[in-house]
Amino acid sequence: MARNGVERAVDVRDLSLTFQTADGPVYALSQVNLEVKAGDFVSFIGPSGCGKTTLMRVIADLEQPTGGNITVNGVSPQEARLARAYGYVFQAPALYPWRSIERNVALPLEIMGLGREERRERARKYLELVNLTGFDKKYPWQLSGGMQQRASIARALCFDPDLLLMDEPFGALDEIVRDHLNEQLLQLWDKTGKTVVFVTHSIPEAVFLSTHIVVMSPRPGRIIDIIESPLPRERPLDIRESPEFLEVAQRVREGLRAGHSYDE
Amino acid sequence: MTSEVARIEPLPAAARPGLLSAFWQGRTGPVLVVALAMVALWYAGAVWLNSPWQYDVFQRQDVEWTTTDLVRETLNQDRPVLPAPHQVLAEMQKTILEVAPDSRRSLIYHSWVTLSSTLLGFAIGSLLGILLAVGIVYVKALEKSLMPWVIASQTIPILAIAPMVVVVLGSIGLRGLIPKAVISTYLSFFPVTIGMVKGLRSPDPLQLDLMRTYSASRWQTFWKLRWPSSVPFLFTSLKVGIAISLVGAIVGELPTGAQAGLGARLLAGSYYGQTVQIWSALFTAAFIAALLVALVSLVERLVLKRMGVKP
Repeated sequence: MARNGVERAVDVRDLSLTFQTADGPVYALSQVNLEVKAGDFVSFIGPSGCGKTTLMRVIADLEQPTGGNITVNGVSPQEARLARAYGYVFQAPALYPWRSIERNVALPLEIMGLGREERRERARKYLELVNLTGFDKKYPWQLSGGMQQRASIARALCFDPDLLLMDEPFGALDEIVRDHLNEQLLQLWDKTGKTVVFVTHSIPEAVFLSTHIVVMSPRPGRIIDIIESPLPRERPLDIRESPEFLEVAQRVREGLRAGHSYDE
Repeated sequence: MTSEVARIEPLPAAARPGLLSAFWQGRTGPVLVVALAMVALWYAGAVWLNSPWQYDVFQRQDVEWTTTDLVRETLNQDRPVLPAPHQVLAEMQKTILEVAPDSRRSLIYHSWVTLSSTLLGFAIGSLLGILLAVGIVYVKALEKSLMPWVIASQTIPILAIAPMVVVVLGSIGLRGLIPKAVISTYLSFFPVTIGMVKGLRSPDPLQLDLMRTYSASRWQTFWKLRWPSSVPFLFTSLKVGIAISLVGAIVGELPTGAQAGLGARLLAGSYYGQTVQIWSALFTAAFIAALLVALVSLVERLVLKRMGVKP
């Protein structure tokens, strides 16, 4: 499962990040320790302001930590970014409106300097993977929100990174579309064997998708519990009615509540 | 959804808009009414402004006159204060259609002289505007050092600058087209700089982060993100820029005693009290400006369509 012989996709030790603002320092992350093994599906869950997106952005080298150590695929986040080790899926699809869906998906390949034929071939392949075959010539505005987000997932996958970072990718979508995409994402993860780090604030989503659930709490942003899911890799939607599922969800909820009471 | 559910019943015949109401609810009706009102106002103004001179004429000739005579005469004076629309049209027809286009009496000849420096100045001004904007967006120091000058340049009246540009460039041997184009450039670079600074900064943070996750170079971020994002802003600026390029070219012809161009035509008209000539030159300039802006709009539509922008 692990590539390059690296067992740990992400290794975080005593990580802190403090933003200096006009109103004084904001402790976005404090003493965070986390280990993500290659092939894991790890979710960060917590209320707004708990630093889950910030932690993800530190992994992606979009924010700089002010303390502690972090490695991604065994190297620094910057080296990992320069090596194009991860694909990032944002809260919004962030498709470029002047590019067709195919050319949007091929954007990273274009930046990496692949030839036209290979770009087209790979874009088509990954559009098929997210069930968007036949939409390659359409422009983003011609697609629904869910389809746009699927296209952005194809874009993150098309250069075949080991690590997929997803920041509340389905947050803006309705429940039905969300269920559907969650199922597809699990199949994708199963098929490709990638490591996924996923940010959400939905308990059922976190429990349904993850092998490990990281419960976070705000002010200062920190990890209060890491739950290893007992659920099997193969998960139909109705696993959400099973006692094991409800038990994990209950533990997540308790964790969140404990973190919240610290606040009052 | 089946087609039976989705089918929309056609409107009953009575509810369909008639020809007359379509005329009023569409654009044709209002546009026509406004145009007619302006022409009527113009005629009324011509009668009013030209009548004092006409009273004198009647008095000197010692003739009986009626209101009909007054109206007819005020609208057909040789050197009216305000020429009537039909006089301007007749002059334009004569100087555009009837005179040979290479004659000094042809408005086509004068228009071409002005248009050539307009287009040259517009091209240089747009390029300069884009380059300045790129510099301002990419180099922090340039924003602080250059932007005040860019703005200050536009606070000086162009009528004050134009003669100096002509004199300075004339002293180094540049006459004719170039000084006028420089004045057009001076006016037209500004809206392009301002528009493009905004346009190049218009990508949202997520779109920029995305480029960073791919470790894209600055050059790639520019060509694949900032530049395409700025295209709608560019065209808005170009429409303003091309219209004021024409103004610049005309203004550039005024202080130089230029022999040719719409500006020269305006100046000659005012020397000799040829108001009809002035107005026909003015209208020709307005017509050319409208044509140029329409041309830029057409290119804009084609480009945005190619870029797949939602119609």
